[in-house]
Amino acid sequence: MARKLASNTFVIPAALPLDSGQSLADAEIAYEMYGELSADKSNAILICHALTGDQYVASAHPITGKPGWWDRMVGPRKPINTDRYCVLCANVIGSCMGSTGPKSIAPDGKPYGMRFPVITIRDMVRGLVALLDGLGIEQLHGVVGGSMGGMQALSLAANWPDRARRVLVIASTARHSAQNIAFHEVGRQAIMADPAWADGDYYGDDGNGPEAGLAVARMAAHITYLSEEGLTEKFGRRLQDRDSKSFGFDADFQVESYLRYQGSGFTQRFDANSYLYITRAMDYFDIAEEQGGKLADAFAGTSARFCLVSFDTDWLYPTAESRHVVHALNATSAKVSFVELSANAGHDSFLLPHDQLDRVVEGFLNG
Amino acid sequence: MTPPTTFGLRADLAAIAQVVKSRSRVLDVGCGNGDLMEALEMHKMCEARGIEIAPELVEKCVARGLSVVQSNADRDLANYPDKAFDYTILSQTLQTADRPDQMLDEMLRVGKRAIISFPNFAHWRTRTALFFGGRMPVTRALPVSWYETRNIHHVTVEDFLTLAKNKRARIERAWYFADDAPISRLVANWRAEYAMFELSR
Repeated sequence: MARKLASNTFVIPAALPLDSGQSLADAEIAYEMYGELSADKSNAILICHALTGDQYVASAHPITGKPGWWDRMVGPRKPINTDRYCVLCANVIGSCMGSTGPKSIAPDGKPYGMRFPVITIRDMVRGLVALLDGLGIEQLHGVVGGSMGGMQALSLAANWPDRARRVLVIASTARHSAQNIAFHEVGRQAIMADPAWADGDYYGDDGNGPEAGLAVARMAAHITYLSEEGLTEKFGRRLQDRDSKSFGFDADFQVESYLRYQGSGFTQRFDANSYLYITRAMDYFDIAEEQGGKLADAFAGTSARFCLVSFDTDWLYPTAESRHVVHALNATSAKVSFVELSANAGHDSFLLPHDQLDRVVEGFLNG
Repeated sequence: MTPPTTFGLRADLAAIAQVVKSRSRVLDVGCGNGDLMEALEMHKMCEARGIEIAPELVEKCVARGLSVVQSNADRDLANYPDKAFDYTILSQTLQTADRPDQMLDEMLRVGKRAIISFPNFAHWRTRTALFFGGRMPVTRALPVSWYETRNIHHVTVEDFLTLAKNKRARIERAWYFADDAPISRLVANWRAEYAMFELSR
C-alpha cells in the first residue's frame, strides 16, 4: 500500500530472531507516540493492541477515519494521562498497518504472502523490545494491554522482566484454550476456503483479496467478543427494516445485518493473511509451556507490579484465566492486584466506557 | 498496650498496625478498603498484599495503588506458598469464614505469624441480649441482624483459645479490648468486645 499509514517507522537494525528458528531481516515497526518522553525516558507507557487493533490508540484511523480504538482511555487528563506519560503504541509484526507482515515486500521484491514466517506473541514482543531499544527506553513506567495486548504484556513481563515496572493485563489469558483455538480455526478456514485467497498470493493490482472469507472470519470472531446478554439487549429477535420474515436468506434479523456490516467493514482495513498469521500466533500462545510447564516459573523473581482485570460476561477469556495468572503470581510472591468487573458487553467490555475500569487503570498506573 | 499512634485508623486496625514490625511482608486477608495496608506501607515501610472478596472494595484499593486480589480467602489462600509472608492478618473476619479452623491453619501456613482479631460473642452485652431478651444479639461489635449477618461462626475468647490449643498454634501475644481500650485477660471472656491474637506454629 503506497499510502503512508504510520507517522513513525522504526527499522529494526539487526535481523529479528523468531521462535520458529527463522529470522526476519529489515523488519519495520510502525508506531504512534502521544505525550512527551521525559528527559530520563522513565515515563513511557507501552500499550499493546489486540488481534485486529493497530497503533492508532488515541488518534484517528487513517483508513476508516474513526477515533483511536482506546481514545476514551488515552489522552490528556484521561485515565492513561498523556500530560504525564508518554504513550507508545506500535503495530505488531505480522499485522498490516505499517509494520512488517505478510503483505510487506520481501527481499525478492514481491509480497511475502504465505512465505512470511509463522510468528508468535513472543516474536511480536521481541519486535516491540527492539523498538524500545531504538528509542532508548530502558524501562517502561508500564505496559498495558487488553486481549492479545494483554498476552504481549504478560510475555514482556515473563521474558524481559526488567523492561516494565507495571504490567496491566485486561480481559486476557496466559494461554489459548481449545475453544479459543477452535474459533480461530473457523476463521482461518473461512479465509482459506475463499477462492480469492489463492494460497495467500492475492496482492495483485486489483486489490481484491479473500474479502468474503475474511468477512465471515470476522463475523464468527465478533460473536465471541460479545455476550449473549449483550446481543439480546441490543438486537433480540428484532427484524431489520421489515415487518415480517422474508422466507429467504436476506439479513432478516438485525443481528445478521449487524454482523454482515462488521464483516464487510473489517475487510476494508485488514489483510486476510495478517489475520491468519496473528490468530496462529495467539493459538500458539502458552506462557507456561515456554517455561517448562509451570506458569509461576515464568514470573519468578519479578519485581514488577501486576494488575489483572477481567469482565464477568467475557466468555472468550473468562475470569478463570485471569485468576490462573494471579495464582501463579501469588506463588512467586509478586505484587499483584486482580479485580473482576461487571459489564454486560462480554470480551469487548474493555473497549467500552466503564467508570470502574477507568479508576482501576488510572489508580494502578499512578500508584 | 497504650495506643500512642493510631495512623488515622479505626482503633482495632491501629492496634494491629502497632504490632506489625517495620519492613515486614504482610498479607491482609479481607483487607476491605485498604486502610490498614496503606498505613503499614506508609508508616511501617511494609510490603503489603491484600485479599478482598468485594469487587467495589478491591477497586478502591487498586485505585489507591495497593496490591489487592479479588478473591475468596476460604478457597484461594491455598495458592500462596508456605511462609510467604512475615504476617498474615485476619481482622474481624474469622467468624465469617466457611471453616474458621481451616482458615487458622492456612493463616499459619502462609504467614510466619498470624494476627487474628474477632468480636467476642461472650461479651456481657451479647450474653445479656440473649439471656434476657431471648433474641440473637445486635450490638456495637455485632451490629447486623441474624438473617443478614455474614458472621456465621460466632466465637468467644475461650472458644478461640481452645481452638488454638487443639491446632497446636502458639499464642505469642494476646490483647483484649473494651471501648477500644485494652483490658485484662482475666476478665476478657465476658468484658472484651473484641480480642486480638498473635500466633505462630
